[in-house]
Amino acid sequence: MPGITREEVAHLARLSRLELQAEELDHFAEQLDVIIGAVARVSEVAGQDVPPTSHPLPLTNVMRADEVRPSLTPEQALSGAPAAEEQRFRVPQILGED
Amino acid sequence: MTDLIKYTAADTAAAIASGQVSAVEVAQAHLDRIDAVDKKVNAFLHVDTEGALAAARAVDAKRAKGEELGPLAGVPLALKDVFTTQGIPTTCGSKILEGWVPPYDATLTSRLKDAGVVILGKTNMDEFAMGSSTENSAYGVTGNPWDLSRIPGGSGGGSAAALAAYEAPLAIGTDTGGSIRQPGAVTGTVGVKPTYGSVSRYGLIAFSSSLDQGGPCARTVLDAALLHEAIAGHDPLDSTSIDAPVPAVVAAAKLRDVRGMRIGVVKEFAGEGYQAGVMQRFNESVELLRELGAEVVEVSCPSFTLALPAYYLIAPSEASSNLARFDAMRYGLRVGDDGTRSAEDVTALTREAGFGPEVKRRIILGTYALSSGYYDAYYGSAQKVRTLISRDFDAAFAGVDVLISPTTPTTAFPIGERADDPMAMYLADLCTIPSNLAGNAAMSLPCGLAPEDNLPVGLQIIAPAMADDRLYRVGGAVEAALNDKWGHPLLEEAPAL
Repeated sequence: MPGITREEVAHLARLSRLELQAEELDHFAEQLDVIIGAVARVSEVAGQDVPPTSHPLPLTNVMRADEVRPSLTPEQALSGAPAAEEQRFRVPQILGED
Repeated sequence: MTDLIKYTAADTAAAIASGQVSAVEVAQAHLDRIDAVDKKVNAFLHVDTEGALAAARAVDAKRAKGEELGPLAGVPLALKDVFTTQGIPTTCGSKILEGWVPPYDATLTSRLKDAGVVILGKTNMDEFAMGSSTENSAYGVTGNPWDLSRIPGGSGGGSAAALAAYEAPLAIGTDTGGSIRQPGAVTGTVGVKPTYGSVSRYGLIAFSSSLDQGGPCARTVLDAALLHEAIAGHDPLDSTSIDAPVPAVVAAAKLRDVRGMRIGVVKEFAGEGYQAGVMQRFNESVELLRELGAEVVEVSCPSFTLALPAYYLIAPSEASSNLARFDAMRYGLRVGDDGTRSAEDVTALTREAGFGPEVKRRIILGTYALSSGYYDAYYGSAQKVRTLISRDFDAAFAGVDVLISPTTPTTAFPIGERADDPMAMYLADLCTIPSNLAGNAAMSLPCGLAPEDNLPVGLQIIAPAMADDRLYRVGGAVEAALNDKWGHPLLEEAPAL
């Protein structure tokens, strides 16, 4: 199993929305290479005909009745917002200017 | 009455119910204790003095009116800062949630309040419950009351340390890979990971949703059982909550009889990396169980050797998805929003500033394990290992009632020793992880001090899913026999703070 490179870590950090510093990249690349080397042992079972388990309980589609019930007020829902305006979360620009 | 802080939860509740002492006196005694020792221990991130005294006054008023009190009414509790508390700051040990005050209570929080439990405050933890030492908290490490230069375990080190320091007789933890049991083991306290799905996750800030489970922490097996019954049970607000009666754990804790039980010793949890003193105390526990009339046999669970690698793929994968919610838009920290930056850049700058190194490592690891090209080899294989581990448990439980092992391979290690060596840190969870992957129930309780360092050793008991009562039956019997042998509870041997 191949290890992980600094470039791959930088790419993964971008995908994860983490603006890592250069020295963090160096450090994490080294540590993640060791961790991935250790956890790669699971691939011993890759070829085995074993069903995967994603969850300890055999539950599917737990539904509740579609009823109106008490919920947070707009003030409560917005109480932790970094910025709010007219009962909405105010966010930085999402689309580019051009 | 300084003794009040040494009472068990059961005795505290009885003393309040009989009018020997008021709930307010009990709460005040614990608040005073926190005041006196928590600068050294750092178990609490937030102490809610007003809220605790108000809750205690409400219990006293109820009693004055002649209303019936529940079995834990007026008993103080330390709540891990991973559960939301309406109006009380909840940080999850992270800078990204610094100052956040949740607008709602977790189901577990509501149940504690309904039971008349007095919540003293919120306890320190590894950031987002990722760690085995509380060194990953953004708010400083917690000291182990047995030796303040050593780790109290993690992620729930604050809750375990609060118990061992007599700051609270009860505490709440969450266990994703051992975060209740390992802190219990290294602080000489009792910790239980209930069957997955038996304690609601509504309002529990998610780390790894298929593994996370809240549970009781206490100084005695009976106290853990009383708390277990108060918090467990079906919750329609959690779609993975089990809709079935809670096993009768309090009755089981009082049985103190293991005659006729079949107990399996997990062969794989021994050997290289296990401290001699830990194995010595564990082997003595095995002998004790035989003397108490249990039949003890050796059991092999070969797939357990792959549990640690599987866990460190599954948990980070789920975490990388769960922690995407911290996007700086709706709550928590926002950094770099100067009017020129895009939402995406603000999110990335905020997450960089708000998350600590272990959280970043796990997000990157999880993103890697889930990426196309690696998914089958890593995440897919880890899911197969999960099946194999469940099969090993099923085969073992076909022949025995419970399994036992040391809770941790070593006693509490010095603060800083493994802080920058993630793989060494991960080994602390070697024996606890299989139960999270399979979703069954497990307990850690103190079984002595390791002779070489005089630090507590934990005995782990594992039971099949929804057979949590067996943990308490075995744990209660072992605790009673050991206390008889020692003449006092193990914690009495901890140095004064």
